[in-house]
Amino acid sequence: MHRVDLKDGADLDGFRRALRGLVALGVEPGEVVWSVGATPSLFGDDATLPADAPPVSLPRPVGALIENVVCHRDPERYALLHRLVWRVLRGERDMLDHHADPLVHRLALLDKAVRRDLHKMHAFLRFHEVRDPDGTERYVAWFEPDHFIVEATAPFFVERFESLVWTILTPVGSLHWDRRSLTVGPAALRPEGLDRDDRFAEGWQRYYESTFNPARVNPTAMRAEMPRKYWANLPEAAAIPAMIRSAPARVQAMIEAEAAAPRRRNPDKAVAAMARQEPVTLAELNRIILAADPLVPGATQAVPGEGPEGAAIAIVGEQPGDQEDLEGRPFVGPAGQLLTRALEEAGIERSAAYLTNAVKHFKFVARGKRRLHQSPTAGEVKHYRWWLMKELSFVRPRLVVTLGATAALALTGRSVVGPAGTRADGVRRLGKASSPSTRPTCCACRPARGRKQAYRDFVADLRRAREGGGRGGLTASTGMIEYSMRSSHDRDRTS
Amino acid sequence: MDDALLDKLEILADAAKYDASCASSGAKRRTGGPDGIGSTTGAGICHAYTPDGRCVSLLKILLTNYCLFDCAYCINRRSSNVRRARFSVDEVVRLTLGFYKRNCIEGLFLSSGIIRSPDHTMEQLMLVARTLRRDHGFAGYIHLKTIPEASPWLIEQAGLWADRLSINLELASDRSLKEFAPEKDGTAIKAVMGQVGERITEAKEEKRRFSPAGQSTQMIVGADASTDLSVLETSDTLYRRYGLRRVYYSAFSPIPEASSALPAKPPPLQRENRLYQADWLLRYYGFTVEEIAAGGEGGMLDLGIDPKLAWALKNRERFPVDVNSADREMLLRVPGLGARAVDKIVEARRHTTLRLEDVARLSSGLKRARAFLIAADHHPGGLTDRADLRQRLVAPPKQLSLF
Ligand code: SF4
Repeated sequence: MHRVDLKDGADLDGFRRALRGLVALGVEPGEVVWSVGATPSLFGDDATLPADAPPVSLPRPVGALIENVVCHRDPERYALLHRLVWRVLRGERDMLDHHADPLVHRLALLDKAVRRDLHKMHAFLRFHEVRDPDGTERYVAWFEPDHFIVEATAPFFVERFESLVWTILTPVGSLHWDRRSLTVGPAALRPEGLDRDDRFAEGWQRYYESTFNPARVNPTAMRAEMPRKYWANLPEAAAIPAMIRSAPARVQAMIEAEAAAPRRRNPDKAVAAMARQEPVTLAELNRIILAADPLVPGATQAVPGEGPEGAAIAIVGEQPGDQEDLEGRPFVGPAGQLLTRALEEAGIERSAAYLTNAVKHFKFVARGKRRLHQSPTAGEVKHYRWWLMKELSFVRPRLVVTLGATAALALTGRSVVGPAGTRADGVRRLGKASSPSTRPTCCACRPARGRKQAYRDFVADLRRAREGGGRGGLTASTGMIEYSMRSSHDRDRTS
Repeated sequence: MDDALLDKLEILADAAKYDASCASSGAKRRTGGPDGIGSTTGAGICHAYTPDGRCVSLLKILLTNYCLFDCAYCINRRSSNVRRARFSVDEVVRLTLGFYKRNCIEGLFLSSGIIRSPDHTMEQLMLVARTLRRDHGFAGYIHLKTIPEASPWLIEQAGLWADRLSINLELASDRSLKEFAPEKDGTAIKAVMGQVGERITEAKEEKRRFSPAGQSTQMIVGADASTDLSVLETSDTLYRRYGLRRVYYSAFSPIPEASSALPAKPPPLQRENRLYQADWLLRYYGFTVEEIAAGGEGGMLDLGIDPKLAWALKNRERFPVDVNSADREMLLRVPGLGARAVDKIVEARRHTTLRLEDVARLSSGLKRARAFLIAADHHPGGLTDRADLRQRLVAPPKQLSLF
């Protein structure tokens, strides 16, 4: 016969050590007496067990079950676990799937009870604020769990309240967190006067009473989830009896009350005014855009469009680049300069066109000091679509020139793919900015000669745009959309 | 917290309590770290239960209960004489953090009456979420009610900060909506659900954060003449077309300051309960709306028994089912067996031939199931077809009996 003495509470380490020894010696479950928390036997741990037996390898679910079950109060828990391990090591490796097996069933019940207890402690523990003389906020809680779970709950509270200083006291142990490290302490006594002077505790009780609907009173359902034993430590629970008692009368009063005529004055004007909420000028819209948060992460500021309302041609790029992001104006970087040149060559004055981007914020990845452009995703483009459409509805251009696939997607809601199989997604993943064709056309990947050609094509496209034509003969990456109010949705035509 | 704020809290919690959704589930695991505060766990936690049996998980409040709309079923409609109050963005932030640090809540559920304009209202809601997340590193749960009449860009901004967005449909049919909520527009509500649904799907595919716990809605039952069938058909469409995570059913509850347009009668709580059970069958048990409705009469569910039992009693020719050989789909249809029990049965029977006592260890609903099950040592014989089977199975009514 072997006798194993384990510490009070959840002695996972002790159990593990003993188990290794027992397995190494091949001791059958029937030959072990597990004793818990008794005065340690005269000789300490069973001297016949090897102290340095190797770890036992168990399927992961079995390990997880052991960790939970050792927390249970049941004095038989270690013996049951030993029986489980014994059988698992004798070949029943997926024994836990055998849910109808009496041992598995019994352990599952213990496991469930511990998990429930953990869950209830996460749920029903209440912190009280205690101000230290030096003004630091500290939080203290008192809780009475059913099982030895205090240490097992620590990760939850540390994770959730990592930035606070707190102490949890229970009759089976305590925890203290100082924002850096956790200290596990001994059992504690219920502290006095915890909720003194805490207005939030009072506020919480008022909230609890107000959120209750007397027309649905159902104390059985409440008690099933929040049994009475927890009430003593829940400040709000003090109100429960009165809430239940007064419920029927409150409901009766509601039902009997005659519907009263509204006392308030006629709010027709306010109701009518409510409909006028959309921005009515471009400036107003831009204010909204500037105040909003980027829907793609990272940008310094939003970059609104630029140019006269009523411009005949609107040019829509993908998104602002590095320089645009810093300056807050569209098309001021190297690519923008290229566009300006192309516009000039095509006979369009830059200041006469309306320039904007489909996405209003710069998206990038940081590589050292450099910020590398990242194309917005299709979903991100759609986030911005409403603004773009609204913007164009103020500008009312005759023609919208889209630079690259992103802009086309933004305008049409569809992705447009170039004929050569190149996805025509414009601007910045292109080669060196000094090379002429890197701008609006699509062809980073083309050889230098191709780039020149692409630039020439682009200028030709712009020229055609100026002449008011759009249909036919455009290159793949420059889209033109005849703009009309009616077509401001998915019905647009791209070339 | 001063007295004035306490008073507001009381008014604005009272005004928000008729919204049934309180779940804090579905968010990805997340923590605030050493500079922020809070965490989400995935499954959500109920930090208390009120004597109506409902879970208190989120601080459920309205930003204001002033409202320009006049929805007959709502205590906050402009023609009601309730006490009014209004929080500032900052006050909501303070309350949320204060309760959160005391471990009273998982996070915030924020809705609002419509003041000034839908856009203004939506922006205030969004600002609360943004302040919590950006200025305080709040990593707890945030559920924002979206105002369907607000501009799309605001809703898109709200989705950046919230874990869940919801838009209440409130009434199953467009006609009832027109009658009881004159300023609301069923088509517009569904359009916004569509927009939000699309954004959520795209963000998932692109691994971005946008309302990661999906969207939900609520329908009030018992305020209009809609049948259970039409309510469930609406839910089915919402689940399928807009990918909603949850549809909540809220039994119309007598409210103080009730409108004369509505019946002042006790709430049909059992009806709400049956709808939840039916909803469950729809989503997890492979039932169709037609099958569920056929268990009742005239488009209404049987209030006396749960919809699965109702279906089984009308389809007895499909029973009894052999617990050792039937496929999962059919086991799911056995009254008394929940999805978890069925999964355990399927696993366990690979190891052994199940007897009735084995099934009893796997399921707590054996009493009901035994009339429909064959096990190694059990055959219900003529029991399945007995005319009085229903009477034998119906226990004295119990709230929220799960099957
Ligand atoms: S919009 Fe309708 S449902 Fe919402 S608060 Fe106003 S009156 Fe109530």
